[in-house]
Amino acid sequence: MNKVAAGLVSAAVLALAQGALAKTQLTVYTALENEQLRPYKSAFEAANPDVEIVWVRDSTGIVTARLLAEKANPRADVIMGVAVTSLILFENEGMIEPYAPKGVEALRPAFRDGKNPPAWVGMDAYMSAVCYNTVEGQKRGIPEPKSWADLLKPVYRGQVVMPNPASSGTGFLSVSGWLQSKGEAEGWKFMDGLHQNMAVYTHSGSAPCVQAARGEYVVGISFEYRAAQEKTKGAPISVILPSEGVGWDLEAAAIHKGTKNLAAAKKLMDWVVTKEANTLFNNYFGVVAYPGVTKEVANYPKDAEAKMIKNDFAFSAKNREKILAEWTKRYDGKSAPRK
Amino acid sequence: MSPIAIGGRTRSVDREAWALRIALTLMLAIMAAAILLPLWSILSKSVEDRAGAFVGLANYAQFFGTPALAQSIANSLFVAGLTTLIVVPLAFVYAYALTRTCMPAKGLMAGIALIPILSPSMLPAIALIYLFGNQGMIRELLFGETIYGPIGIVMGQVFYCFPHAMLILTTALSLADARLYEAAAALGTPRRRVFLTVTLPSAKYGLVSAAFVVFTLVMTDFGIPVVIGGRFNVLAIDVYKQVMGQQNFQMGAVVAVVLIIPALASFVVDRVVQRRQVALLGARSVPLVPQPQPARDWAMLGFCAVVGAIILGILATAVFASLVRLWPYNLSLGWSNYVFEDFDSDGWSSYFNSLRMAAATAVFGTLFVFVGAYLVEKGKGAGWARQVFHLVAMVPLAVPGLVLGLAYVFFFNAPDNPLGGLYGTMALLTICTVAHFYTVAHLTATTALKQMDPEFESVSASLQVPFWRTFLRVTVPVCLPAIVNIAIYLFVNAMTTVSAVIFIYTAHTKLASVAIVNMNDSGAIAAAAAMAVVITATSAGVKLVETLVSRVVLRRSQRWRAR
Repeated sequence: MNKVAAGLVSAAVLALAQGALAKTQLTVYTALENEQLRPYKSAFEAANPDVEIVWVRDSTGIVTARLLAEKANPRADVIMGVAVTSLILFENEGMIEPYAPKGVEALRPAFRDGKNPPAWVGMDAYMSAVCYNTVEGQKRGIPEPKSWADLLKPVYRGQVVMPNPASSGTGFLSVSGWLQSKGEAEGWKFMDGLHQNMAVYTHSGSAPCVQAARGEYVVGISFEYRAAQEKTKGAPISVILPSEGVGWDLEAAAIHKGTKNLAAAKKLMDWVVTKEANTLFNNYFGVVAYPGVTKEVANYPKDAEAKMIKNDFAFSAKNREKILAEWTKRYDGKSAPRK
Repeated sequence: MSPIAIGGRTRSVDREAWALRIALTLMLAIMAAAILLPLWSILSKSVEDRAGAFVGLANYAQFFGTPALAQSIANSLFVAGLTTLIVVPLAFVYAYALTRTCMPAKGLMAGIALIPILSPSMLPAIALIYLFGNQGMIRELLFGETIYGPIGIVMGQVFYCFPHAMLILTTALSLADARLYEAAAALGTPRRRVFLTVTLPSAKYGLVSAAFVVFTLVMTDFGIPVVIGGRFNVLAIDVYKQVMGQQNFQMGAVVAVVLIIPALASFVVDRVVQRRQVALLGARSVPLVPQPQPARDWAMLGFCAVVGAIILGILATAVFASLVRLWPYNLSLGWSNYVFEDFDSDGWSSYFNSLRMAAATAVFGTLFVFVGAYLVEKGKGAGWARQVFHLVAMVPLAVPGLVLGLAYVFFFNAPDNPLGGLYGTMALLTICTVAHFYTVAHLTATTALKQMDPEFESVSASLQVPFWRTFLRVTVPVCLPAIVNIAIYLFVNAMTTVSAVIFIYTAHTKLASVAIVNMNDSGAIAAAAAMAVVITATSAGVKLVETLVSRVVLRRSQRWRAR
């Protein structure tokens, strides 16, 4: 009896020691913002001392392209903080290992994959938002827009910027949002009108808001996180979610199929769905997956959740190529001169 | 073969031929693994559908059926052509001033002209927006035109391409036979005629190379148009949209194939021009020592000062941008943007990774490039293999960086690739960077080698000196200035390169140039400018040390040239 107990104890000690010595290194591909990496990592590692997160971070476009290119011989264990539209793409390519994290049922239904086990779980939502430069607006007598329809007024001619949806996921988010909330015919008509006022289509999703913050243009259509960040840094902008509602996407997490660290990957997924993790996400995003976690974020638009349109990710994923081809035909380059 | 019967002389010639052949084979194999096979792994996707099935030319049909395409091609040709027309004459005059006149402050001017190559491409883009953007300090100079479009692209590209052209032309102009000029002077030939009949023809090869390098650089660069191009579409942006925006590798590959056409054209022209190129530096030739001509020298100084002032102005704007707290609303200055830990999780560590990578690229890259160029230019026999080598060396210039980066992922990450162990290492980043910048380095080396009379080889062959001894004793010392230029060129480009390495760096090998892109994208423009300034300062420091050291070394190794 004593011997058995002693054996168990020493085995346990040995296991602990080994765990301390050989931490599992978990390679996580992410498009999270830089400032979020350290807090998320340390919180997860505090709860799971045997796992160490190694981030590979880039913008959504690069991370997505890289993951697809590495498909034959994957290097990532987990994909976290990447747009759910990208994750659906990976799922269709057979790159995702479905897993139901412990406690995933607690998340809001719209924030997790409907299948069982789910391919991905959501973390937080990000959405189209308008950045309006108050200083330049006042100087030039250009009023603050309240709705998408406002942006069609002649006073905004040459003062609006938005991302090119063919280069930027944020741009596509807005376009898909308009097509879904207004219906296709009305949506295109709206964009025809907006095109008349558009100064430039940028290739980065952040750029329009950053440009509005620097006064390059008065109005930038971007996403709400960047908008709040710019405002916090002291830029003279107001962050507007237009009254008709806005398109949105989720930042989500999924396990890469074929990972050699499946156990550790599952631990990270389990952590992502906890209330603690969502409380951290809520430091940056107003709308997160865990219900009831709704702390106010500095300079973040107040009514975010109410403004989010009814979003069909399947619609976006299925029609993406068609929408982009139509968009490119209508507005890209000089082929569509403005009147 | 019966060596004993044939005798000593033939045996050593045989041994040399074999050594040459083995070296060439080995180099070709490395070139294949570093350039051709990776490119094949992505370009072959241009005839596949998304599922990987062969579809023939369907993607090309779709691509050429796009209405906006003709406009993209026309736009690309326009900005590339215009940039070439501006840069090559400017660079030629500048290089002429540096090599053929007694202009004062030559060293300083040579240094200033290199600044654009020392800077990440984000630096001119940020500076141009601060200068000419809608809130720009001197935007009135555009007379109401916008910087976001062809004007901005051409301005950025002229800045970025200038040193590339200048380096090639300096090499071309720095070797000249004084006897030709002495003969012209003895015959009383007017100066203008000397310029047209002696100087220009001797630099012809350099001029053609410079024009094609600039043209192709502009065609394939997407870093500048993506930031400042506005609604002006170019082919390189089309690659970017397909690959980054839509993850459509197949269409990206189609555009990449289209972009390689100018490089193939340049290869053909290169061969035609080269057939007529005669060696300029004969064994008996005497280096030209420029004679003072006060009027010309001061005029040249004036010209160089204007060009230099523009370059310094752009750099100064970037330095200013890195110090301002919130431009244009809070203009108080401070160093806070240099605390990179506040903007990027890797902080300063990515800077040190860049240093390591750049040093490795300079050392190994120069070694490989020069030996390769030597085999192509001075090797005997295996003519077709040398042609193939030269052709492969021309390819990287025409490949947009992001295509090369993705090619490396596809090729080196393939499960059955025996070289797979390189994936995710600093070594692969180094190889990729050498491959990416191979063409200009190779052209610099061949330009220098071409100007050496083959007599050197003939003499050593008749003296039964093996070629490798001639190589080490004569070729390397004679070409030392070019070799040093190549090393510096590779170092500074490794410090600034983004588009290829952004796909293959890992958490442990993140580079400063990648950090710049990330910080700029997240709105931390000032911090991005700050890192760009740090990189520029580092490369400038390295260049300065090199200048001081090589002044001492060159004085010894080049002394034979003087009479």
